[in-house]
Amino acid sequence: MNAPVLEPQFRDHAQQDFARSFGMWVFLSSELLFFGPLLFGYLYLRMHHPEATGMASRHTDMLLGTVNTAVLLTSSLCMALAGQAAQKGNEIRDRRRAARLLALTAALGIVFLAIKGVEWHQEFDEHLFPGVGFHPSDGGDAGTVHGMELFFLLYFAATGLHALHLFIGVSACLWLMRGPRAEAVELVGLYWHFVDVVWIVLYPLLYLTLRSGG
Amino acid sequence: MTSYLAGGERLTDWLTTRDHKRIAVLYAISITLFFFLGGVAAALIRLELATPQGDLVSDDTYNKLFTAHGIIMVWLFLIPSIPAVLGNFLMPLMIGARDLAFPRLNLASWYLYMAGGAIVLWALLAGGVDTGWTFYTPFSSMFSNSHVVAALCGVLVLGFSSILTGLNFIVSVHTLRAPGLGWFRLPLFVWANYATSLILVLATPVLAMTLVLVAIERLFQVGIFDPALGGDPLLFQHLFWFYSHPAVYIMVLPAMGVASEIIPCFARRPVFGYRFMAYAILAIAVIGFLVWGHHMFVSGQSMYAGMVFSLLSFLVAIPSAIKVFNWTATLYKGSIRFSAPMLYALGFVGLFTIGGLTGLFLAALALDVHLSDTYFVVAHFHYIMVGGSVMAYLGGIHFWWPKVTGRMYSETWGKIAALVIFAGFNLTFFPQYLLGYAGMPRRYHSYPEEFQLLHVLSSAGAVTLAIGYLMPLGYLAWSLRYGARAPANPWLATGLEWQTASPPPEHNFATPPVVVREPYAYTPEGP
Repeated sequence: MNAPVLEPQFRDHAQQDFARSFGMWVFLSSELLFFGPLLFGYLYLRMHHPEATGMASRHTDMLLGTVNTAVLLTSSLCMALAGQAAQKGNEIRDRRRAARLLALTAALGIVFLAIKGVEWHQEFDEHLFPGVGFHPSDGGDAGTVHGMELFFLLYFAATGLHALHLFIGVSACLWLMRGPRAEAVELVGLYWHFVDVVWIVLYPLLYLTLRSGG
Repeated sequence: MTSYLAGGERLTDWLTTRDHKRIAVLYAISITLFFFLGGVAAALIRLELATPQGDLVSDDTYNKLFTAHGIIMVWLFLIPSIPAVLGNFLMPLMIGARDLAFPRLNLASWYLYMAGGAIVLWALLAGGVDTGWTFYTPFSSMFSNSHVVAALCGVLVLGFSSILTGLNFIVSVHTLRAPGLGWFRLPLFVWANYATSLILVLATPVLAMTLVLVAIERLFQVGIFDPALGGDPLLFQHLFWFYSHPAVYIMVLPAMGVASEIIPCFARRPVFGYRFMAYAILAIAVIGFLVWGHHMFVSGQSMYAGMVFSLLSFLVAIPSAIKVFNWTATLYKGSIRFSAPMLYALGFVGLFTIGGLTGLFLAALALDVHLSDTYFVVAHFHYIMVGGSVMAYLGGIHFWWPKVTGRMYSETWGKIAALVIFAGFNLTFFPQYLLGYAGMPRRYHSYPEEFQLLHVLSSAGAVTLAIGYLMPLGYLAWSLRYGARAPANPWLATGLEWQTASPPPEHNFATPPVVVREPYAYTPEGP
């Protein structure tokens, strides 16, 4: 493994590593705000269409959603262990272990995306994709149908954006496997955990909301 | 040591450079092109308004003209102007660093800027956009027959460019400051761009997602913002102004930073109340996030929300006034030299004050009912954005021109241009306050005859302003070839950027600087 390159703008490696990890934190703060309008739209939906939110939420597949939550949390565990192994990474054994854990993280990410794809397919078949083809089985009056459509718009936008982020994370893991340097694993790890945390927020909002009593 | 301009002179060397100074020059050239493009749209608007009848262009074309003017000037000129040109060049120099923390990202942000600019330009040339720069729904999402989605994509890409610049500045200021350069020794220009970067990083993503939602509504006919489909237009306005009000501070905070560098230098006095100036910058950035509702006083938002937003908007006046008073106090008993940069900076202070005070008129709920959507608003924000930001940008270009190019421009021509621009600006926009107060609504291409005198004055001012803006192009270009060689520190200014050669070598400093003095240690004779 090559020693990491010190770029000319930095005094030493400590400064370079700090700048990169700090840069990732700043980037993630921007990412968080990127999801902001979707969450604000969700707040609006809950205030104006509480009934429809519940009805729409009951159309999501809670079993698959819950399994996926477990899959993603496990992937974060693998990522954390990969970070630990890469930190120790003086011996070839540790680096191999880090690479294996990164592969496992990426694999779990792919499983998540596959399950998500199955869910989207189901919802598409049930005419739950917003637009002219939107016909939920338990529609009701126009206002309710509109509320449900807005729910599914936010659902597809938020889970789609989340899946895009996860896809980028998976690619980064696979790329890192070639030579898992501790600083790089830490950066990708920060990103991976962020994507995980976003899901932790989306899961209750989209799957569990107003589910009881119906 | 050879300057950053020497060696690697082929076009490909420039297009693949990672040197923050060269990237700043790339930005300078591109935003200048867009500035004049936006200026042409403005010229056509003022030409149409010279007569009460809509005789030069049709109402549809007029809508496209002011939209083109707004989109180009806001996103392709004002937002990147001071941060991406002067900030890119100066931030590493001012903090004593060899470059920004992420040079590749810096170059990527220029490419994103150019890509976004190309998309916007395509949308404008393919037939134009008629929504205004604000893209208000449901007109933009359901009714407009123009190239809205393409324009939205362009602005989205430009947003990512801004975010990367902001990220780079924040990380660089935190990590790359020279030894001895504590936070309260930073030049106020660095403080201003740091605060601006916080806004860029935290507000721009909200705009990005909002524009995506508008595009979704337009493409899939799903009611998010359109009441006919069950959506809510106020939702759009909240999300849009959550970015676009802070965006005003993206445009004016860096301008305040420029004025804070120029005024102490040519008054030969330390800036008055340095710490309060820094705190005021941060206060403006933070409070700026909480005032977006003042754009919606007459949109049907709750009266109580209006009262809170009105109060918060008045609060922004406090840190803004601190800055104006402190610039004035810096001048007091100074040895003032009315050089060209100083004329621009003083023009900035005066025009910003007028723009800021008329902002208070608009922040007052009852008065806003009368003034909303009139030329009063147009005049107000042009005093801030053109009188404020563009004056400061030009002041900064003149102040740091010797550093950037290694050449001195003609001081006489610089002063004449500054005065012509100041006069032309006031002649253009002061009549618009009167027009707005008298009830002339914005965005109309024809108007009752009694408004003609003021409109003609305004159009005459626009001609003067155009001449003023063309003049620097001439004498600055002239200086590149014939100007005297600039010494390292022609203005006897403090600040690390003046301690290296003009133009600076590739990695800025021959030896890494160490800071031992407080900022702005000016005396009447020298630094």
